[in-house]
Amino acid sequence: MNPRYGLRWPASYPLALVIAVLALVPVGVLMGLASDSAELFDAHNLKVLTNTLLLMFFTVLGSVVIGVPLALITAYVQVPWRKLWLIVLAAPLAIPSYIGAFTLYAAFGRGGEIQQLLGLPMPSVKGLAGATLVMTLYSYPFVMLTTRASLLSLDASLVNAARTLGMTVGVSLWRVVLPRVATGIAAGALLVALYTLSDFGTPAIMRLDTFTRVIFVEYNAFGLSQAAMLSLQLLVIVGLVLFLESRVRGSKERPGRHLTLWPSRGQKWLMVLVFAPVILLSIVLPLVVFGVWLMREGTGGFDFSYAWNSAHASFLAALVAVILAIPVAHAAIAGRAGRFMERLTYFGFGVPGIVMGTALVYVGLQLPFLYQTLGLLVLAYVLRFLPLAVGSVRSTAEGLDPSLVKAARLLGASPREAFQRITLPLTIRGMVAGAALVFLEAMRELPATLMLGPTGFETLATYLWRVYEAGYFGRAAIPGLLLVLMSALGLALMLSGERRAEFDVTGK
Amino acid sequence: MLKVSNLSVDYGSTRVVKNLNLALGDDEVLMLVGPTGCGKTTILQALAGLIPISEGEIQLGPWRSTPKKSVPPEKRNVGMVFQDFALFPHLTVEQNVCFRLNDTALADHWLKLLGLENFRHAKPASLSGGQKQRVALARTLAHEPAFVLLDEPLSNLDAALKDSLRWEIREALKAAGIPAIWVTHDQEEALSIGDRVGILNGGELEQLDTPETCFSEPASRFVARFLGEASFLPGQLLQSQVDTELGMAPGIPIDGVTGEVDLLMRPDDLSLVPSANGNGVVDWVRYEGCSRLYAVTVGSGAQVRVRTSHEVHAEPGNRVQLAIITTHPLAAFARS
Repeated sequence: MNPRYGLRWPASYPLALVIAVLALVPVGVLMGLASDSAELFDAHNLKVLTNTLLLMFFTVLGSVVIGVPLALITAYVQVPWRKLWLIVLAAPLAIPSYIGAFTLYAAFGRGGEIQQLLGLPMPSVKGLAGATLVMTLYSYPFVMLTTRASLLSLDASLVNAARTLGMTVGVSLWRVVLPRVATGIAAGALLVALYTLSDFGTPAIMRLDTFTRVIFVEYNAFGLSQAAMLSLQLLVIVGLVLFLESRVRGSKERPGRHLTLWPSRGQKWLMVLVFAPVILLSIVLPLVVFGVWLMREGTGGFDFSYAWNSAHASFLAALVAVILAIPVAHAAIAGRAGRFMERLTYFGFGVPGIVMGTALVYVGLQLPFLYQTLGLLVLAYVLRFLPLAVGSVRSTAEGLDPSLVKAARLLGASPREAFQRITLPLTIRGMVAGAALVFLEAMRELPATLMLGPTGFETLATYLWRVYEAGYFGRAAIPGLLLVLMSALGLALMLSGERRAEFDVTGK
Repeated sequence: MLKVSNLSVDYGSTRVVKNLNLALGDDEVLMLVGPTGCGKTTILQALAGLIPISEGEIQLGPWRSTPKKSVPPEKRNVGMVFQDFALFPHLTVEQNVCFRLNDTALADHWLKLLGLENFRHAKPASLSGGQKQRVALARTLAHEPAFVLLDEPLSNLDAALKDSLRWEIREALKAAGIPAIWVTHDQEEALSIGDRVGILNGGELEQLDTPETCFSEPASRFVARFLGEASFLPGQLLQSQVDTELGMAPGIPIDGVTGEVDLLMRPDDLSLVPSANGNGVVDWVRYEGCSRLYAVTVGSGAQVRVRTSHEVHAEPGNRVQLAIITTHPLAAFARS
């Protein structure tokens, strides 16, 4: 692809290398910091480890139990408004789990909103069971979407063959279909595991001592080196999950006919009955609770500057992330070494926000000109969400037919003109989409924002957190609803990508 | 005039084009044909400057490109029509055709000539395959290249369209008076469209000549087989006549062979009549609509193929009488 060939390195390599090294800085910092820690591992640690692993295990289990049947239904069953169902069922993924944890916590239990409104006594939602419920409600779409994608790539004639050989639909799905999507299910389950490990808000609100919650407690108690030690321990588990994920590679099947099942009226009602609670708890309940609070308390205490601060920091992060993503994406396409550099930048995505926060707090303490600045917060966002921008830019650039640039050159355009008139206009969509993804993720980010935001710099997410800590739940209505709106926008963006892929598969 | 001397191209340590020599006349259409992987597309990319060359040189009018000093593609004034059309998806048909033109008169000319007037403001995605290929051709010709490279321009189109569009492209090239190298894997396309045909095998040019000569006097058995149905009948070459078990036939020695030869038989060089004591036995027969193709084993054990009118009918296992009916000389290869 290099226009003047030769054995030189592609021009993007040095830049991509610098960015890749930058992505590794947090881990290096943590290692240095943790070496000061007195305690390597104590009895409390064991409890934290057990809690973290149990939460991960039960959440994965719950997500598979909910996600796989939903994948089968959304992939194969012909129901009215299919697309709408898919969007609604995928929506919890876009909502930050701390919103769910907060509203579920406030709605259930003695004196909770449900009891106040309906007079029904409700069990409280907290601890391991509560955290598992919330995490499952907001992460099952990972399993649903990966499994559904594998299902759609299967050749349905095999199911039809099984049925002509005398198997019922159910048995043939179980014996002929599910074994072939095992890797899809596993991929989704590992994503759920990663998401659960790095989530801060839910265990904190549910009062479950997992790594993320304990790291934050240590940080607030000025035990930075202890926080770093815990962060490293968490990173080891994350690393193991990432390693497992890299080994999950399904064999690609030749795509074939698409399977469609036509349910009877009774079967449709059964499906609705089984899955209505999922949507009620994950989407309807938070909206109702915020609505009730809004009516009861109005907009008291909310300052528009919180929304502006969120948008401002997130916009800067999105801009920087896309600018950095361009050389990384270029390098990734240019050659093997570049692909490795791209892999390194993906590292930040696996680093939980609380861990990234711990590392950068220390960086801030060492480099006073960064301490308590917006720049440090933006850096944290960029390091965490750069892969979103890289992935988006790279996939549009890869989709670019290489003969287009060749054609432009042969018509007499210089490499620069070909870039400006062909490559740039055709990849700008990917850049905008990547920037939007980073923007929306940064808007909703909680732990790193709590740790790195300059004094007095309140965002939607941190304000929501302060309201929770202070117990003024009613004031969460406006920031909560705004965050849900952001999530809806993010979902629309992700789905527009998925829909494009779907159109490609059906060739329309 | 395009002149290619001793051109070689390597991919890593494999040489994919070996020692190619070519010269192209003023408005000549040269067809390069060969099986998949013979290096034909590589040659086009090397001529366009899209991949580096290892040895030799390419020369066209004012520029000369060598392995040491490569001329970038935009400085070559070469047009290329791509297999996948390579139309810019974000530009309309008109914007595609006028891509680097200040004066759009020529673009209008080609849009009109190729019947694209009504699609001027359409985006490429809304066009059919044939229309896309016409736009690609119009874009190339409107930029007035010194010569045109066509990389299997019809391979993504359906059969009925191929037949008419190949003539449309040839006529447009001739009308523009621009020489062209056209790569294809379809030997029928190569023979019917080309002023000359070059047959490639394993990166080497096996033969470069008029379609008639390539077909009737192939330089090798590979060329003979590649350009059409070929069977070989053993015989004795005596001066310009070959004595075979099916009778005498005029022969042309390839590479100066004498004595024991294999004579190249095309299916239409023979006649076939069902006959209880004929000189061959039918192995199989394929019905082709207007005609039937027979495979017949003769006394010596050689199998020849014969095409007859669909009215001639014989079953596998039947005896038939074969005779050589050709009047033009047949190519005689050294006995293998």
